[in-house]
Amino acid sequence: MNVHRTVVTAARVLAQLRADHRTIALMLVVPCVLIGLLAWIFQDTPVFDALGAPLLGVFPFVVMFIVTSVATLRERTSGTLERLLTTPMGKGDFMLGYALAFGVMAVLQALVATGFAVWVCGLDVAGPVWQLVVVAVLDALLGSALGLLASGFARTEFQAVQFMPAFVLPQFLLCGLLVARDRLPDVLHVVSDVLPLSYAVDAMKVVTTSASPGQDVTADATVIVGWVVASLVLGSLTLRRRTA
Amino acid sequence: MMNNAVEIDGLRVVRGGRTVIPGLSVRVPAGQVVGLLGPSGSGKSTLIRAVVGVQVVAAGSVRVLGEPAGSPTLRHRIGYVTQSPSVYDDLTVRANVRYFASILGAPRTSVDEAIAAVDLGSHADSPVGRLSGGQRSRASLACALVGDPELLVLDEPTVGLDPVLRRDLWDLFGRLAAQGRSLLVSSHVMDEAARCDRLLLLREGEVLADATLPDLLQRTGATDAEGAFLALIDRAEEAAR
Repeated sequence: MNVHRTVVTAARVLAQLRADHRTIALMLVVPCVLIGLLAWIFQDTPVFDALGAPLLGVFPFVVMFIVTSVATLRERTSGTLERLLTTPMGKGDFMLGYALAFGVMAVLQALVATGFAVWVCGLDVAGPVWQLVVVAVLDALLGSALGLLASGFARTEFQAVQFMPAFVLPQFLLCGLLVARDRLPDVLHVVSDVLPLSYAVDAMKVVTTSASPGQDVTADATVIVGWVVASLVLGSLTLRRRTA
Repeated sequence: MMNNAVEIDGLRVVRGGRTVIPGLSVRVPAGQVVGLLGPSGSGKSTLIRAVVGVQVVAAGSVRVLGEPAGSPTLRHRIGYVTQSPSVYDDLTVRANVRYFASILGAPRTSVDEAIAAVDLGSHADSPVGRLSGGQRSRASLACALVGDPELLVLDEPTVGLDPVLRRDLWDLFGRLAAQGRSLLVSSHVMDEAARCDRLLLLREGEVLADATLPDLLQRTGATDAEGAFLALIDRAEEAAR
């Protein structure tokens, strides 16, 4: 592990993103548009206050998952990854570099989306707003880390894009938004206890409904961070210096 | 001083169920430009991948600069340029070279030197994706040169270049070898053989010849590398009959 190589890799990924204005705009605008739509659909009902915050966690998660998995797949297919792995670059440096770069984007995205939800759409938040931002950042990071891991199993862009429904939609169905998790059939409840998006959604719910959510949020956040770390470790194991 | 930059013994490589290299033994002397020539599909890229340590090998030993290919200590000492330019299209030439310089721990001054060496100074601030094919492959080469490697392994670096640029690059390779570096350069353009100190002719994963060009011409009675190559193939096929 080497801090310098991690940081220059993150800087390089960010420089690539900076050259692509449309992608940055999409990353920042799409979650806002979705949240705005949601607020509009459910205007004059309490639904937006119930669903707004959880979806504030889900949208950045999905966006980051797709962007990260395509970005790393591009690195594999263009030959730059193979080349980097003939240099002193460590697999962990590579993974952390990507996580760091998309972490920066996650902070930006979370600030914009949360600000929009709270101040423009009038989302009611019982707990502190900064905790909402922190959880949104963690959710976006989770999306990036899972995207990095998923791209290890994709050989083509077609596969990578389909990992979104494959990895993400089952978690969305089981995360407690459609049916509260304790009302799920036993087997599905157990599965939802394992999946990381459940904790992302739980944390968002707690912050919006409880005035002092600190402890519960910390517990959920710990699970999310655990998943981020595990995905990055597993993801770096999918990198092979030698291939057939 | 090592005598050989690369020593390969009994190398066997199987890719996708097909034996690409059945059993190859060869030496690449240090401080020279060694040309790896052969038609496409002859196993040049596979051999090169084995040398830089990214190829899974079925059997045999590959030693590079005195160490097993792929050793962590070699990662500072080898420059590898893949056949299709592996650089970031959305970054400028300078940003690409600077990134590889940081990874390799090369000094900042080496960035402009490497760009100048491949004659891309006037395009240093253009995104690589907007450059022509030849310019992109030179940008890719600059990313390998910037680390000042002892051994440069180049897979078809002159494809798509005009004659002037090709000459300039071969001049550069000659200068690098004169400074004591070793170069293994693959090509399927036989007339580039004249620019190599030594030739490895590869066909169907086997070494057809390992000699200098004058030796090869004398042995086959041919007037150029292409003629020599064809003569050797004819002989091999006659012997097989």
